[in-house]
Amino acid sequence: MEIQRGSRLRNFHQAKWDEEVIFELSTPGERGIHVPEVETEISDAVGDGLSRIPTAMRRKTPPALPEVGQMRVLKHFLRLSQQTLGADFNVDIGQGTCTIKYNPKINERIAGAPQAMDIHPHQDESTVQGALQVMYELDLFLREISGMDRFSLQPSSGSDAILTMAAIMHKYHEVRGEAATRDELITTIFSHPSDAAAAAVKGYKIITLYADEQGMPDLEALKAALSQRTAGLFITNPEDIGIFNPRIPEFTRMVHEAGGICGYDQANVNGIMGITRAREAAFDLCFFNLHKSFGAPHGCGGPGAGALGATEEMADYLPVPLVGLDGERYYFDYEVPHSIGKVRSFWGAFSVILKAYAWILSMGAEGLKEAARIAVLNNNYLLKKITEIYGATSPYTGGKRRIEQVRYSWQKLYEETGVDTHDVTLRLADFGFHLWQSHHPFVVPQPFTIEPTESYSKDELDEYLDGLRHVVQEARTEPETVKRAPHNSVVHKIDESSFDDPEKWAVTWRAFIKKHGEAAAKIRG
Amino acid sequence: MARGDRVHPYIPNSVPEVKANMLAEIGIDDIDTLYEDIPAELRLKEELNIPDGITSEMELARHLENLLSQNTTCRDNISFLGAGCYQHYVPAICGEIAGRSEFLTAYAGEPYEDHGRFQALFEYQSLMGELLETDVVNVPTFDWGQAASTSIRMAGRITDREVILIADTISPDRLQVIRTYCEPVMKIELVGHSSSTAGLDMEDLSKRLDDSVAGLYLENPSYFGTLEENGRAIADPLHANGSVFVVGVDPLSLGVLAPPSQYGADIACGDIQGLGNHMYFGGALGGFIGTRDEEKYVMEYPSRLFGIGKTERAGEWGFGDVTYGRTSFAVREKGKEFVGTAAALHGITAGVYLSLLGPEGMRELNQNIIQKSQYAMKRISELEGVGIRFKAFHFKEFVVDFSATGRSVEEINRALLADGIFGGSDLEADFADLKGCALYAVTEVITREDVDRLVDRLAAYLS
Repeated sequence: MEIQRGSRLRNFHQAKWDEEVIFELSTPGERGIHVPEVETEISDAVGDGLSRIPTAMRRKTPPALPEVGQMRVLKHFLRLSQQTLGADFNVDIGQGTCTIKYNPKINERIAGAPQAMDIHPHQDESTVQGALQVMYELDLFLREISGMDRFSLQPSSGSDAILTMAAIMHKYHEVRGEAATRDELITTIFSHPSDAAAAAVKGYKIITLYADEQGMPDLEALKAALSQRTAGLFITNPEDIGIFNPRIPEFTRMVHEAGGICGYDQANVNGIMGITRAREAAFDLCFFNLHKSFGAPHGCGGPGAGALGATEEMADYLPVPLVGLDGERYYFDYEVPHSIGKVRSFWGAFSVILKAYAWILSMGAEGLKEAARIAVLNNNYLLKKITEIYGATSPYTGGKRRIEQVRYSWQKLYEETGVDTHDVTLRLADFGFHLWQSHHPFVVPQPFTIEPTESYSKDELDEYLDGLRHVVQEARTEPETVKRAPHNSVVHKIDESSFDDPEKWAVTWRAFIKKHGEAAAKIRG
Repeated sequence: MARGDRVHPYIPNSVPEVKANMLAEIGIDDIDTLYEDIPAELRLKEELNIPDGITSEMELARHLENLLSQNTTCRDNISFLGAGCYQHYVPAICGEIAGRSEFLTAYAGEPYEDHGRFQALFEYQSLMGELLETDVVNVPTFDWGQAASTSIRMAGRITDREVILIADTISPDRLQVIRTYCEPVMKIELVGHSSSTAGLDMEDLSKRLDDSVAGLYLENPSYFGTLEENGRAIADPLHANGSVFVVGVDPLSLGVLAPPSQYGADIACGDIQGLGNHMYFGGALGGFIGTRDEEKYVMEYPSRLFGIGKTERAGEWGFGDVTYGRTSFAVREKGKEFVGTAAALHGITAGVYLSLLGPEGMRELNQNIIQKSQYAMKRISELEGVGIRFKAFHFKEFVVDFSATGRSVEEINRALLADGIFGGSDLEADFADLKGCALYAVTEVITREDVDRLVDRLAAYLS
């Protein structure tokens, strides 16, 4: 279907290069970069160095890396970048739960300073006072936003922060002689999969609460789950469907009464900054993904950071070191009596920490709250508009407001047109949009989750709405157009049959050649 | 909104007319209404105690640049620090690609709109596969610590055993990460080393091998920079015992050193920071895991594995997730460990780095590092009372023993710092038998003059 007159939709097309795999570009003898030659005095003093390598430890054949001139390497990766839809380019509101917001360029420039990039973690503390101050002050800011008493910036991501919470919970019960008996962790189906999965890594049995009719985690189910075996509760609020659970103080109270620890998954805190906090809801631990709510970029999937906050009592268990200030100097603080040890080498993803710190400095207290309020405004505006679109529903609405995101359903569209959420996703890609189908299992049938954040203008939100309307119209009038999508992508329908077949799958180029032969490993020429 | 009612540059819909228009569309008068489901007792009554926003970009930059200027860098000084984070030269193109908006701000698109992301990470896997001579490599983990932890957990699942032996020449920092990740599900036992070569104590190993042992984890080069020469002699009894051999390795050493797969390792892991990523205060880490392409190994990875395939049109490569069903994204706690945001951009950068270096560049780089570190060891050991602690082949790190000088590493490093030199990491706190010892790293960025200057300053201070 043509783009309708009056629609904001774009005739989008990514650059299409049919770019080879880097190994196809190899010509023996070409060089991408030279390494400096060692000084003659060094060679004279120690010889070639290589002949001292023990025979058994010498590499028999050089690694079969490609040999490609510098400009061609650059061109190759620039072309691949052009075939990637970063959030800087599109209206990236379709990746709900992940808080895809603007990542300010000034923060990138600052993080590119040698004073950030070229410092080593074992440098004397006197030489990294600026870095330590950033970490110290970010801790103070996050304490304000959460109401917690101390933060560790060490966890590498939200999932790592969940693992850290599980380790702290384990140590806490160990100190009380209950580690062996308290072996159950309670979470909810609309909390991130890692709340269950990362806790299981620490050996916990997982009990998952499902939603009641209002979409709220079932309080009766919680009561039934609690026992002497309860180690704790890891929960999100608002959960991935965007509804704030007003009974959360009852949840934390009941878990505490059962002797458990309450961990608040605030990977995404974007809708409630300055509005409500972990402290008031009586959580013992909480964490923020600095690459989500706090403006650091997602980097194709990292680096990220999961800043972990604790109450005064639980701060005794945080990973070491923390950062302290003795009145004049910032220092690494290892005085954490029950510390779980470490969850990542060194101190944390400093580039991400620095960008989040810069973002908070730019926003200030008022700006943080304004970001939350506008994110919620944008979300509820979209809720109104999307539920007016044929075939789209928002399960569990039940008169409740939504905070920062909504999990919608295309079930009705699917039943009436045969077009499913995956089809819609691929067709939207034709217009430069991304839509994400949400975490498994699909409790909400044919799900899609939209989170607009505060970053996108109303015009951009309207453009996205036009995209949804266009695809729905096609689904009703020419469903095959949607089902055969994408049409404008840089690649056509991918043959996915090999990806679950051990005889055919290829996770590396060398595996591909072994399984499919040299002839198959050339797409042109 | 700081200073009057200027709309923050990052929040376009703060414009009053736009806000009013959107509220009208929703059918409410005030944004507060949207928070009506949050009970009063949970509502924050006071404002956050956070300074007013520095909304001017120029002022923000000035503030942060002033703050960062309190740091002095490894570029301004001569640094011999390593211990798991390394100052290697970062080619300009690595920075160019890592800074591209497309890669920097992409996340989880489909293989159609993010074809380039999938291909770049597939290529990263493939390039690492060539270095490691393994047919499977994952999308990066957080760091080496997590890669080692997952390798150990994979060994546990593959063998259905719970004891993991760890060579005690491991980085103490990493050992702590492994303990957090693996205990109490797995039991960790440390295996000793030779006090002269730092090689694995083979007797200790054979004493510990029984049917509870899932595997051995060994770092090669070790934390002390020493090369274990008996890889095959270690692998054989492990395999005879039905155990898995896991080797942590510096990928940068594999231009000339044998990859672990060549001496019998079943799983190789390590960190990619040195491959084109800056140090970032130890923040730019990323872990890799490589194995054979056997289903029993592949199905135990928690990570994304990007695979290559064809599309319905000739002349196109297509990419996608291999065996997605094993991940926690698909089946929550029933999946293998967990997967999520980790270090993808560092992986893409490492792919660029390896593409630039090629086989010849890797060989030259390795030779450069080996020659320079040998030169540094030679010069340092000429100093009165100073020696190299272990007799072994070293790749880029080595333990300098100052114990006979009567000066502590802390004192020596303080003196060196005053002369613009970052001496090696003090090993005393972590290793009782290495009192007075420091771990020095020499990479290609160190020049002969740098080494000579270090030796001159040490001579002056110690005399």
